[in-house]
Amino acid sequence: MQTVKMVVTGPFNAGKTEFIRSVSEIDVVSTERKISSDAERVKETTTVAMDFGRITVDQDLVLYLFGTPGQKRFDFMWEILSEGMLGFVVMIDSTRPETFREARRILETFRAYAATPYVVAANKQDLNDAWEIDDMRIALRLSPKVKLLPCVAADKESVKTILLELLYSILAEMDALEY
Amino acid sequence: MALKGNLRDFTITQILNLINLAQKSGTLVVEGPNEAAKIYFREGKLAYAQFGQDDNSLAAILYRANKISSAQHRAIKTRAGQMSDKELGLLLINANYMSQQDILNSLQSHFISVLNHMFTWVEGFFRFDTEAAPPDGKITVRISLENIIMEGSRRLREWEQLQDEIPSLDMALKFVDRPGANLRSVNLSVEEWRVASFINPKNTMRQIARATKMNDLEIRRIVYGMLQAGLVEIVRPEGAPPIKSFTQRVVEEGNKEEHTSLIKRIISRIRSI
Ligand SMILES: Nc1nc2c(ncn2[C@@H]2O[C@H](COP(=O)(O)OP(=O)(O)OP(=O)(O)O)[C@@H](O)[C@H]2O)c(=O)[nH]1
Ligand SMILES: [Mg+2]
Repeated sequence: MQTVKMVVTGPFNAGKTEFIRSVSEIDVVSTERKISSDAERVKETTTVAMDFGRITVDQDLVLYLFGTPGQKRFDFMWEILSEGMLGFVVMIDSTRPETFREARRILETFRAYAATPYVVAANKQDLNDAWEIDDMRIALRLSPKVKLLPCVAADKESVKTILLELLYSILAEMDALEY
Repeated sequence: MALKGNLRDFTITQILNLINLAQKSGTLVVEGPNEAAKIYFREGKLAYAQFGQDDNSLAAILYRANKISSAQHRAIKTRAGQMSDKELGLLLINANYMSQQDILNSLQSHFISVLNHMFTWVEGFFRFDTEAAPPDGKITVRISLENIIMEGSRRLREWEQLQDEIPSLDMALKFVDRPGANLRSVNLSVEEWRVASFINPKNTMRQIARATKMNDLEIRRIVYGMLQAGLVEIVRPEGAPPIKSFTQRVVEEGNKEEHTSLIKRIISRIRSI
């Protein structure tokens, strides 16, 4: 049995747990805690270790989806998580520009680790306050080459599209590399 | 759709950067701690600016710029009170009282001072309305935002914020090849020029800092301004030993076909969910 993994990262409250939950065949093994700091109390619970979802591809292959914790003090886990991953998804709450700086930091940090394929998901596009994709691309300082895709994490089709776009990028990168 | 937020975490320079790069037209309304400002843009250029309740008539602006005396200001206000700025401007030019350039220069420095003042606001809300245009009868200008953005970025002193924007000095810089991004049209300081002269995908920011004898804070501040103005981007340094990604490893191990088929299996599985 072979296992491969993808990482879902992004700022606090971006929708990472929801994203994994939408496609995982097991209940997401998540490590939610009641939120203690007032500053971050926009919801009841947050992920403190990592979310963990599974998609069985066939008899010999399993894909794991790992969600990183959104709070900054868990940065140290990134290195462990990113070891050997196929690629990663950066989730961003399109309605909260105050988290874009944190999102840029995450993008820069991951890019410095490894030249791993990634896509950026502009989440919560179903809400009225959501920023437009073109504006987000500039605010996040993404070059035109980076895939920035609209997303609604609770919608399975939307999550599938994002995972597929990431996989297409991985294929394209493998094709482009020479022996 | 919404283009709005809180100034605490999305700064004025970042908003200007967005308007500049997306070449937006419309009105930016910023509500600061005690006052509000309205800034009008056309195709990414500053067209007009106004502080909340300030007298923003051409006469008042020329008076504050010492282009007309207080007696003249009073006279204009009583005799030409109903005149629009455009009409008053024409009158002053036709009477050979001042040149068109004089008027435009006074307006430009006034609008820029409104923006510069806004850079001091750290609290407040902003929203951008793509419908609204400057009030009728006002004289508009066309000022590129790059210099204003650089100036605003120079004021960012907060260490933590700079470290978030540029987490690693082991990355390199590259000039962007965006039409309109032109280093020569931007007023760079001596330090900024020194850094600019070392920008090359081969040099990490750490190396540039060493070559220019700058500390971590100084180099970050300068790079941040250039990033904000859309002049440079952060790239992985050329020739640095890459931390190997899955895909590169696969190819080096020589089992590309096998792994391509693995990715294809995942693709067809996800399609079927
Ligand atoms: N309307 C809307 N709400 C969403 C969407 N995605 C997530 N949410 C909501 O946003 C909140 C945060 O979602 P989570 O999945 O907990 O976010 P997270 O990134 O795992 O958060 P942390 O682990 O605390 O960093 C929850 O209330 C979700 O129901 C979306 O696409 N649309
Ligand atoms: Mg979570």
